[in-house]
Amino acid sequence: MSISKDARQIVESAVQGVMAKAIALAPDGWIPGGEPDPLIRSRHGHVGKPVSRLDGPLKVSGTAPFAAEFPMQGMVYAALVFGTVPKGRIAAIDTEQAESSPGVLSVMTYRNAPRIAPPPVFMSGPKAAGGDNLPVMQDDAIHWNGEPVAVVLAETQEQADHASSLVHVRYQSEPAQTHFAKAKAAGTRTATFMGQPLHNEIGDAEAALVRAPVSVDVRYSTPRHNHNAIELHAVTAAWTGDELRIHDASQLVAHEAWSIAQMFGIPEDKVVVTSPFVGGGFGGKCLWQHQVLAAMAAKASGRPVRLVLSREGVYRVVGGRSLTEQRVALGADREGLLKALIHTGVTAKTASNAMPEPFIMATRSAYASETISLDVQAVELDMLANTFMRAPGESVGTFALECAMDELASALDIDPIELRVRNEPKNEPISGLPFSSRNIVEAWRTGAAKFGWDKRSSVPCSTRDGEWLVGMGCAAGTYPYYRMPGGAARITLTHDGQAIIDIAAHEMGMGTSTAQTQVAADRLGLSMDAVVFRYGDSTLPGVVLAGGSQQTAAIGAAVSAAHHSLVKALLKIVGNDSPLAGLKPDEVASGDAGLCKLGDPALHETYVSILARAGQTSVTVTAEAPAPLETQHWSMHSHAAMFCEVRVNSVTGEPRVSRFLGSFDCGRILNPKTAASQFRGGIIMGLGLALMEETQFDERTGRVMNPSLSEYHVPVHMDVPEIDVIWTDIADPHTPMGARGIGEIGITGTGAAVANAIYNATGKRIRDLPITLDKLL
Amino acid sequence: MSMTVNGAAVSLPDDPRVSLLDLLREYLHLPGTKKGCNQGACGACTVLVDGERILSCLALAVQFEGRSVTTIEGLGAPGSLHPLQQAFIEHDGFQCGYCTPGQICSAIGMAQEIRRGVPSHVTADLCTETISLSHDELRERMSGNLCRCGAHNGIVDAITEVFAEEDILAEAAE
Amino acid sequence: MTPFTYSRAADTAEAVRRGTIPQARYLGGGTNLVDLMREEIERPDTLVDVTGLSHEIEELPGGGLRIGAGVRNTAVAEHRSVRSRYPALSRAIVSGASAQIRNMATVGGNLLQRTRCAYFYDEAGQCNKRSPGKGCDALEGFNRNHAILGASPACVAVHPSDMCVALVALDASVHLRGSAGVRHIPLTELHRLPGDQPHVETVLDPGELITAIELPPQPFAARSTYRKVRDRSSYAFALVSVAAALQIEDGHIRDVRIALGGVAHRPWRASRAEEVLRGGPVGAIAFAAAADAELADARPLSDNGFKIELARRTIIAVLGNLAGETA
Repeated sequence: MSISKDARQIVESAVQGVMAKAIALAPDGWIPGGEPDPLIRSRHGHVGKPVSRLDGPLKVSGTAPFAAEFPMQGMVYAALVFGTVPKGRIAAIDTEQAESSPGVLSVMTYRNAPRIAPPPVFMSGPKAAGGDNLPVMQDDAIHWNGEPVAVVLAETQEQADHASSLVHVRYQSEPAQTHFAKAKAAGTRTATFMGQPLHNEIGDAEAALVRAPVSVDVRYSTPRHNHNAIELHAVTAAWTGDELRIHDASQLVAHEAWSIAQMFGIPEDKVVVTSPFVGGGFGGKCLWQHQVLAAMAAKASGRPVRLVLSREGVYRVVGGRSLTEQRVALGADREGLLKALIHTGVTAKTASNAMPEPFIMATRSAYASETISLDVQAVELDMLANTFMRAPGESVGTFALECAMDELASALDIDPIELRVRNEPKNEPISGLPFSSRNIVEAWRTGAAKFGWDKRSSVPCSTRDGEWLVGMGCAAGTYPYYRMPGGAARITLTHDGQAIIDIAAHEMGMGTSTAQTQVAADRLGLSMDAVVFRYGDSTLPGVVLAGGSQQTAAIGAAVSAAHHSLVKALLKIVGNDSPLAGLKPDEVASGDAGLCKLGDPALHETYVSILARAGQTSVTVTAEAPAPLETQHWSMHSHAAMFCEVRVNSVTGEPRVSRFLGSFDCGRILNPKTAASQFRGGIIMGLGLALMEETQFDERTGRVMNPSLSEYHVPVHMDVPEIDVIWTDIADPHTPMGARGIGEIGITGTGAAVANAIYNATGKRIRDLPITLDKLL
Repeated sequence: MSMTVNGAAVSLPDDPRVSLLDLLREYLHLPGTKKGCNQGACGACTVLVDGERILSCLALAVQFEGRSVTTIEGLGAPGSLHPLQQAFIEHDGFQCGYCTPGQICSAIGMAQEIRRGVPSHVTADLCTETISLSHDELRERMSGNLCRCGAHNGIVDAITEVFAEEDILAEAAE
Repeated sequence: MTPFTYSRAADTAEAVRRGTIPQARYLGGGTNLVDLMREEIERPDTLVDVTGLSHEIEELPGGGLRIGAGVRNTAVAEHRSVRSRYPALSRAIVSGASAQIRNMATVGGNLLQRTRCAYFYDEAGQCNKRSPGKGCDALEGFNRNHAILGASPACVAVHPSDMCVALVALDASVHLRGSAGVRHIPLTELHRLPGDQPHVETVLDPGELITAIELPPQPFAARSTYRKVRDRSSYAFALVSVAAALQIEDGHIRDVRIALGGVAHRPWRASRAEEVLRGGPVGAIAFAAAADAELADARPLSDNGFKIELARRTIIAVLGNLAGETA
């Protein structure tokens, strides 16, 4: 974003700041979540049961349809040609040989592509979805190394792929800034994230650091990462008249439909995006050029187009996590109470996105300290726009913060858990808001007992098993509760007693339909068989991002609102003969497949009976969730205590994780089976972050040099030990269902727990990720 | 020129560039076999050829004349799932479900290799007659199948349950 | 992938007849070649499928083994004689790639694997292997995985095979057949160092086909092993690997074989280390001296200096383990 846009955002956010103060001071009862969700009290329903995934049979049999698996009449295949310079112009592009290659229909370049507007960049509007705001194949300009420069369409994928190698491009290179260090030397500026500067000061932390009797002042670095969902980004796009249908792998179907409609200059309802199954997202399955190029190519050719990015293509077109360099300085008294907490550093973004990796986010609510100084500086590079990847900010920020806490514990000779407990804040240190629910100390205690923390020697290098040095480490993880605006849901109750829930939500492995069917069944007083949960289609109600670990809360609040509307609608039609006659909405509750009087379950009538009596085949209601003011009234965060045992080979330096335990405080757990999988999944990605993951960006050329799953290492089975996950299951009284998000927290704290265990095993502090064996020789 | 896929005879493609994976997905409309990298680095495209697990993305379909290919669709369907498919559901051995068909086919091929006594990187005694179903053996042998959602524990548990039971049954039959 | 014609050879003679035309390539399991063709790095117009040929493992009179070039990697690793008499070979194979790939890949194909250097794979990179004379971007780029021995200013890539490292240590030889007839060369002579022609990776004549690997009788190879060091616990290429066999008599090293992987453009027979050890005492000091002798000429690049120390330590540890086992 340009400086003027940043300034505008800051002015807007100052106005919001006044509002935020009012929301913070408002009585609880005025705020969503002020009255606990009645479902929190219900302990004998479907919520909380380890229900197996309802879509399991489809997934294990290969019959769940993914984006590249929607056949269409007359469909053609696309292949992309990627640019090879970081910045410049296309001086010449020769498509003749490709066009005359067998099976080729057409080659689209900036010269013949349909004219469209640039993408609305994410966070620039409520439904903006673009990873950047750069024009898509509209002119000869090259903005990053790997930008698509041509789309070949052919009758078969083999023909398209080969023809793409026959497109010859000559570039006029221009000077590009691809060096992080050089960009830093040229000047950084304070990053803004979601309209707020990434900067906080309480007191004079630098002075307090100098005065503190014990201190650590250390620097950490984290590299670029890529999401690497196993499903390749794929899209099948077709125009029927002026309507565009896109079968996509998407974490934001409604945002995407609106954004693409904006680009093509057509009404929002003329774009339909469906995405019933997403083969892994992690922040990477949003709107990038491939969907737009497929839609453009389909429009230009008049044929449905299937575009599946190659694995290299994913790295060239879909952004990943940016790199960070961080400083954490902690000053404490001899008892370990923090006097100074400094967390600052630099990250890289692009001029075309609004996404500095916000690595101080977790630190804002982590520890009580007399003084605090937090700051993120950003530089802009000529590279593919970086983006959200699982726990943006927290994943890499907790690595630095929690390693530094371990270093401070060593300096103080205090147990690292004890140090953290001593610095538990009463209210959130930065905002001063009360916590909605914070039970991290309980998570530490139960986790430590289950893991056997008492068997750890505090002296590094004291446990050996043959060639292997063995060590234990711990770290805190945390991730905020979010609920974004725009949630809405439709409930259709049918005469046979079935409820259909419709919401434009997503399933990318979280078990959305399973958990939400459990919740809806309890909310409506139905069996799970009587609930159908439909999602993954932009024509359904709601603007629901599957991101920020907020989807469960967003759906929960929307369905809750729709349920209120349903009760009202039903009471209107019950008629005078109903046992419910004359009751007001707040006097009834759902239960036993119908409605009953609160406190008098005998006064009850089933939905089937209500509809039959009213002579209606169905009742349909749609409602919007209230604005998410609760996040400005309370400080709302999930927490985790992470425990790791590593083995480091004393000959080769090979680090291997042998045990891991995550002890979570994430509100009420809706489905222990799927929740455990999400926790483990986050932790495993954290193991990758700790030990092996790095997107290699050649600073000479701005090109990613390991765009493959053989050269970018993600953990394999052999890298993954048995991972124990436990949780407090203490409901958050201020969230829908008492739940907070669980999809991202697993990756937070994990990197530090591994690094701290490696220190305990070897006596070596490795502060630069990933911790590969060469750093341990 | 034909092969069999899940018991049915199919013609080999005219274009020898067509991989076994693309033959299955794009020509035979059997999309259960997944494309995760198309370069032999993820295992999502694992199928069984004459009972052996291979990567269909690195296989040119024309090389498989006369061979018998089994894909996830050939193992079981909703309503009549293979015991391993069922066990994956019970143990939550997947999240997004994209690597799952490859994991399941791979595990079935792996079980054959273990029965045959093929050693692995973690087999301590190369000359052993019987391979244990230890977690380390399973983890090493399944390492060619990446899972990014992190369902590894559930996958190993599902495999352990099914093949440990199966071996007990086999021993009882003897 | 560039269009090509595909045919399956009925016998070796036919294969060589068809393979000895320009732009023809032999196709084994395809695990490397198909990938390279998809990347348009290899663009053959004719593929001669040789997987149906020479797929026997034969016991040779006198105790050696002859392994047909079409034998799948798994079949070699699981073969009873290989496991008992050449365990380093079994160990090397099962530490490579994944089970699926080992089920596909042939012995001949494994020998002819090409490097995994990122700049070789990237069309935007300069690579003397891919485009002779264009330069080498790895010299100043990402070269953590690259060569410390035998490299040249033209190329610092490494050979990726595990199996070859064990074979080189075990004195394997290669049977070849070309239009000019058959020949039989030591495996150590098959792969070239890069020099100023890194695109010429072997001494094979155009159209020459690998038909078999031969392992000579070597009783002390029954006490051989292979150790692979890598970033990920499995399914990763070696940073450094060591294949070794050790024969100890009366407290002295009677004979020894050592080869290194992940360090050079070819599987690296550690002849200097062997010379230092042969006839000498057993023990950490001797092993260290041998490692140092072998690595005396090692030259680090910007990112791979650790490989020298890693190779040294791994050689010492492997020899130490073998000595402990044989003591």
